[in-house]
Order: sequence, then structure tokens, then C-alpha cells
Amino acid sequence: MGEAAVRAGCRYYFGYPITPQNEVPEYMSGRLLQVGGTFVQAESELASVNMVIGAAMAGARVMTSSSSPGVSLMQEGISYLAGLELPAVIANVVRGGPGLGNIAPAQSDYFQATRGGGHGDYRTIVLAPASCQELCDLTFKAFDLADKYRNPVMIMGDGMMGQMMEPVEFPELIDPADLPAKDWTITGAKDRPSRVILSLLLNPKVLEDHNFKLVRKYDAVTREETDWEEYMLEDARQVVVAYGTAARIAKGAIKRVREMGLKVGLLRPKTLWPFPDKPLKELTRVVRQLLVFEMSAGQMVEDVRLAVEGQAQVHLYGRPGGVIPTPDEVAHQISHYYYQAGLMDKDQPSGRLGGAA
Amino acid sequence: MTNKMIFAGFGGQGVLLMGFITALTAMRQGKNVTYLPAYGAEVRGGTANCTVVISDEEIASPVASNPDYVIVMNNPSLVRFANMVAPGGTLLINSSLVHGEIKRDDVTVVPVPLNELAHELGEDRSANVIMVGALAQATGVLSIEALKEALAETGLGKKPKVLELNRRALEVGANTARQALAKEKSA
Repeated sequence: MGEAAVRAGCRYYFGYPITPQNEVPEYMSGRLLQVGGTFVQAESELASVNMVIGAAMAGARVMTSSSSPGVSLMQEGISYLAGLELPAVIANVVRGGPGLGNIAPAQSDYFQATRGGGHGDYRTIVLAPASCQELCDLTFKAFDLADKYRNPVMIMGDGMMGQMMEPVEFPELIDPADLPAKDWTITGAKDRPSRVILSLLLNPKVLEDHNFKLVRKYDAVTREETDWEEYMLEDARQVVVAYGTAARIAKGAIKRVREMGLKVGLLRPKTLWPFPDKPLKELTRVVRQLLVFEMSAGQMVEDVRLAVEGQAQVHLYGRPGGVIPTPDEVAHQISHYYYQAGLMDKDQPSGRLGGAA
Repeated sequence: MTNKMIFAGFGGQGVLLMGFITALTAMRQGKNVTYLPAYGAEVRGGTANCTVVISDEEIASPVASNPDYVIVMNNPSLVRFANMVAPGGTLLINSSLVHGEIKRDDVTVVPVPLNELAHELGEDRSANVIMVGALAQATGVLSIEALKEALAETGLGKKPKVLELNRRALEVGANTARQALAKEKSA
């Protein structure tokens, strides 16, 4: 993530340590020095996110990273970033919650990320990588999206992705000087009219106009940037919906049940906001059963239910608290609901894996 | 061909480094690989384990339900992981420390007396690398030569003397496993 950010032209990192993402600030503290960037270990998450606001106002590509409790502390700043229309990248390497929770991998910050944990009518673009390569690619892309829409972009990883290692191929390094100039930055008004970036808009009519402007932007993001992966959907009678680490585990489970002849596929949202509701709705023309698997007590399941508008049965397999289920456990759930709904072929031998745990 | 392995023991036994060396070597040999560590907040004495998957195909899940190989460095790990090994799989046991009964007859057991072997080699801390040598012999997926190369890329490659000793440790492990496997076959 750190190297991908540097290659995307990020030269400023402000953060405060928290497990399980300390590898990022550790890496950035050395790497940014090599490319003439700035690394600051701030005194708190509040300070880091406000430093991010400052650097973004000055036009720099800037990021911070943290884990769940730390990201909660940053919510005020994220709301300001959205209101001020400032591009910035925030990575949340999610751990078990609520409260201090634990340091194990979880997906329980879905609501916070997609609903905007801060105040006001706003959206953050939320990217959900599922492998180290994708973590690299989406981090790189996050900076482009942030600049394109002048909006904060959140990368939702989890403790497992924060610790896992896989081979990665990196994109070419971008020189920040080669990036398109921004015509709104605050860099000193010498020889030009002054510019104002403000989120305090006391006149309700002015703020309403600002809010509707944001809405139009969010509509554009929804049209242009919604992204997802389809896996073995062609003949699927049941579709698992999962993202990030959970989607990797689900793929392992689907491979397993496919060997038994169960026709199961996967739809993996790569953007959590905007959520891929259209492809899900489309699926319900042929698929009547969805199984949402997430490492939380059930958060994304609400978006899936909204998306399918009652046109399919939506089951939930949620494992909160930092527990990582094995592919076998997910395969049990898949086969349980598959057989319960009578989706198997008539001549299919009963290779049933057993009931719901 | 996909090989899933879990390395398990106490924090401080070099459990994560074993997995890292294995994953790094497999990557250098052109394989797809995932390395997934799991450990507590403690530096020493807590439980530590990691999962490594090596495959010729795209790796779906980095989490393994039924690993083909389990490396057991201490007794608690035997209790926790012995039943997970896939039928026909292999348990590599640190027989200096692990004395529990193994109640399975559908897996191959390779005992490696790591503490004694490491002591003979003149460096107690080389126990984990000896085990990696034994694993390479048992799997046949990793070559000892490639492992020796990869060691130079890790922290063990910083001092020539340490690197040389650990390269010998790999061979000690491979030889021990070869003998143990031959014995198992003839039994």
C-alpha cells in the first residue's frame, strides 16, 4: 500500500500508530524520505487527519492510514474533507470492534465507511481490495479518483490483508510534478485573485446548493465508478456476495462445493460505495438465492437486500469479532441453504456437508 | 498442484520466519504464493502460526481448512492442528519438545529432534531453519538450492557466517527428514 501510494505521487503521510497497520507508517517513514516527501507521526488521529486536510488544500497527494478505533477518531476530519471537497486517501485496516475490540481481522466498519461515519450529507468512495496485488492497484487508483472527484477515498482492508504477503507487480512511479495542475488550491495568492475553500456556509440556501452539487457529484461517481468482480456466475443457482478477505475465503468454498456439483458463484463488490446494486438486481432474474458472507454481524447484507428489492432470498453468514472462518465453514453454509431450497439436480448424489453451524 | 501448509508454535521459535522463507523461496521458483501470519500481541511466548499456500494456479483462499502439511513446534500446536491435516497429509513434529500422542493413522509423521540437531550444529537458534529443510524434503516442492538462495534475502543473509550456518541447517533438516521418511516407508 505504501509503495503504491508513493508511485501514485503521494508525498505526504500523516498518521498515528495502531495495530494491525503499523507496517504502512513504518514503510512510509523511510520511503518518503527517499523521494523528498514528508512523513509526520502526529500526536493523535485527530491531528493526522487535520494535517491531511491542510496538505490537500495545498494541492498535494496525501494519505493517512489507521485501524478501526483510529478511523473513528478521524470521522470529523473526513466529514470536513467531504464538505470542503478535498481529495485525500484514508486507509482503514479494519480490526475487531466495537470499542478497542481486538487486533484480529474484521469487516465490521462497513456501515461507518459506506454511510459516512461523520456528520452531514456526504459520501466517501470506498474501495475494497481482496488481494495484495489489488491493494496495490486500488491504492494507486484511489489517488486518481480522489483528484478526479475532489472527494475523500477510503480503502477498506482488514487485519488479514494488513499482515498477509503475496507477490505484487508495481505500476510505474509518477512524478507529482507531471500531474495535472489543480485550479482551486490554496498556495498563496501572489499574482492571482485569492481563492476560498470553506465548509461553513451559514446561509441555508447556499448550503442547500452546495449539498445538491455534492449529490450530482455522487451521482456521477455512482454511474462511472461502480466496480465488482463476477466469479462462476454463468450457471449459478446460488450466488455468494462477499468482499475483501471474506471473498477470498468464499472463492475457496465455492471451488469446494463446485467439486460436489453445486452450481454456486460469487459477486464481489470492489467498490462498497458506490455499491453494485444494478448487477445484483440483474442477477435476480435468474438467481433466487443469495448468501451474504461477511466478517461482521451483518452490515453489507442490508445493501444487498436494498439492491434486490425483495426479488431474491437473502441469507446471512456473518462472523464478527475478528474470527476468520475457514473455506470449509463457508462451504457448509452454502450447501445448507442450497439443499434447503432444493436447488440440486434431481439425479444429484447427496454430497451434503451438513447443516448450518 | 496446490500445497497448503501451517506452521505453528510459540512466539520466539521463529515460526513466522519459517513460513516467510518458504513463501519467498516458492515465489522465486515462479509459483503463486500467499503467506498469512497470525499471532497475538505478545513478542515471545504467545501462540504464533502462519499459513502458506503454494500453487501453480490462482490461489483462492489464503486460509486453509485442511492443510497438506502441518509443522508442529510445540505441544499446544499439536492439540490445535493435528486434526486439521488432510488425510494423506504430513505432520512434521519438533520431537525435542512435542511428546503428545498422535491419534491418526492416515497421515505421515516426520519427527525432527530440532533442539538436539541445532545444538550439534552449534547454534540453538537454527532450529526453525532445520525444520524448513525437513519440510522441503517432505514436500518436494521447494529445492534446497533455491532455499539457500532465498536465505540471503532475509535477515539471516546479513552476516556471511550466519548465512553459511543456516544453509547447513537446511541440509541437516533435509537429511533427517529423508531418513525419517525412509523409516516410515519400510515400517
